[in-house]
Amino acid sequence: MAEFKKADSMLEWFDQRLGVINFSKVMMTEYWIPKNINFLWAMGALLMMMFGVLLISGIFLLMYYKPDVALAFDSVNYTIMHDVAYGWLFRHIHAVGASVIFLVIYIHMFTGIYYGSYKKGREMIWLSGMLLFVLFSAEGFSGYMLPWGQMSYWAAYVITEIFGGIPVIGGDLVVWIRGNFYVSDSTLTRFFMLHVLLIPVVMLGAIAFHFYSLRFPHVNNEAGEFFDYDVEAEKYLAGDKKGSKVIPFWPVFLAKDFFVMGVFLIFFFYLVFYYYGFAMDPVNFDKADGLKTPTHIYPEWYFLWSYEVLRGFFFEMFGISGKDLGLMAFAFANGIFLVMPWLDRSPTVAPANQRPYFKIWFWLLMIDLIVLTIFGKLPPTGANAWVGFASSLSFIVLFLALPVITTLEAKKLGAK
Amino acid sequence: MTDESRRGFIGKAFGAFAAVGGIASLIAMKKTWDPLPSVMSAGFTTVDVSGLEENKLEIVVWRGKPIFILKYSADMTPTEGRNIKIGDHYYSVMIGLCTHLGCIPAYRTVKKDFKCACHGGEFSADGKETFGPPPRPLDIPPFNLDGETLVLGEEGEAYRALVAKA
Ligand code: HEM
Ligand code: FES
Repeated sequence: MAEFKKADSMLEWFDQRLGVINFSKVMMTEYWIPKNINFLWAMGALLMMMFGVLLISGIFLLMYYKPDVALAFDSVNYTIMHDVAYGWLFRHIHAVGASVIFLVIYIHMFTGIYYGSYKKGREMIWLSGMLLFVLFSAEGFSGYMLPWGQMSYWAAYVITEIFGGIPVIGGDLVVWIRGNFYVSDSTLTRFFMLHVLLIPVVMLGAIAFHFYSLRFPHVNNEAGEFFDYDVEAEKYLAGDKKGSKVIPFWPVFLAKDFFVMGVFLIFFFYLVFYYYGFAMDPVNFDKADGLKTPTHIYPEWYFLWSYEVLRGFFFEMFGISGKDLGLMAFAFANGIFLVMPWLDRSPTVAPANQRPYFKIWFWLLMIDLIVLTIFGKLPPTGANAWVGFASSLSFIVLFLALPVITTLEAKKLGAK
Repeated sequence: MTDESRRGFIGKAFGAFAAVGGIASLIAMKKTWDPLPSVMSAGFTTVDVSGLEENKLEIVVWRGKPIFILKYSADMTPTEGRNIKIGDHYYSVMIGLCTHLGCIPAYRTVKKDFKCACHGGEFSADGKETFGPPPRPLDIPPFNLDGETLVLGEEGEAYRALVAKA
């Protein structure tokens, strides 16, 4: 064993055993953050906080929830909502939290796209972030099944059915995922396991990895500027706090994050107490019935855009059925953001408004996603179906055009 | 044997055992998610169709799936390979799950067709897809006839004849 001398203080006692002084330097007081960033860089901290809120509210729900088709609906709608003291509060927090966390995720993602924070050394940050997006989507989907209402049931049915579109193994795969020929008790119990254990555990690992991947390339900044962190850190430590381009994560930078968190929490608890309806669909207060499809089904708002891409292709083209085209487009929509760093062929790291072509592309994408989201909620009949088709097609065209647009832009900027 | 080759041997032997164990556990995990035997052997459903009303959709459950039974009225023309004759009447007997993504289409008695609310698919009374994303007609479940009783889940003469014509 290494030589231990008697510690003079509690801090020293812990430092001898756990190296806390060095650890807090590396993780906090000498973890350098650029000064030139705005509130959009606080979204990651918000996400971390919301994950904690979901975890804690989820643990409280877990104490009364019963993962059994005969009991699940009542355990949520009677026991938790009426009998358990403040059970309704934990349910509202959990449901509203799961919904707004996606709003924050989308802002976080599109901030990254706007500022080009996914390239030139930041590819792993982007990839681990997309992994988190997939995990959160799976978590939202599996959680939505648990109250076992009509929307729970039919969302589970339609989404698991999507895997049937995979050639050859599709049909068997669907039965395997459900553990039955239809969505049934075995389906509920296994998705319950995924929702409360496996996915959250994997998420914790993915979050740690996401943070680690930030360590070497550092966060981007408003100007997309690259500078030597060691030089700037030395300036700061030498007392030139004004001249240095960086500040320490703790205690300086986090103060700003706390401010944004405070504002966000006011908004969040306003929703929880006065405006929770959007996260608790009325149709889901009818118990699941495998023999009665609700007249109009739609997913939660954050899945609407990709759902609209799925159903946008409703007729046969080039000898491929509408169903298969829809599934292919859906697969494309869900996979394409992952390869963003390689679709953007321009080496420029700058906010979109300083990039002549990318700027247009970015805002067109935003408009298209909003149109898709709006029409994803409307019944797919008449003109709606055609708007859905046009916006789904535009989505695909936008991404196919991105490498060309950015190559041209790189030439133009390089020529100057 | 030198130290290195002993370490190398132990490493390889351990790796081989671990690989076998890993593959075995993956197979076991896959099988844990398979449907239980009780689910696989789920039974048969019998329906007496003699009392059904014309042009009114009857839904029965077979293996957890809704089965549509539609008795044709005199003004509806049966389709070769889609409808079956039981007694004096023609019937549509189909799995009531949209062939797009599995919602249950609703029967519209006036238009005499099926409409799927999920993505707007439509089917005629005999189950053929007429509009929207559904890629094929509603599926016909295996059945057998016993007088005016329909036995779902059993492949009978009439079922084979129907499938052959389709
Ligand atoms: C981290 C991201 C999470 C997301 C996005 C999420 C999402 C959801 C959603 C959408 C629901 C349905 C809400 C409702 O209708 O009430 C739900 C329910 C539930 N969640 Fe989560 N959840 C998360 C984490 C967790 C964790 C960590 C646990 C437990 C350890 C948990 C436990 C539960 C339980 C027991 C229910 C069923 C009760 C109910 O529906 O009110 N959740 N979750
Ligand atoms: S499930 Fe019927 S149209 Fe999509």
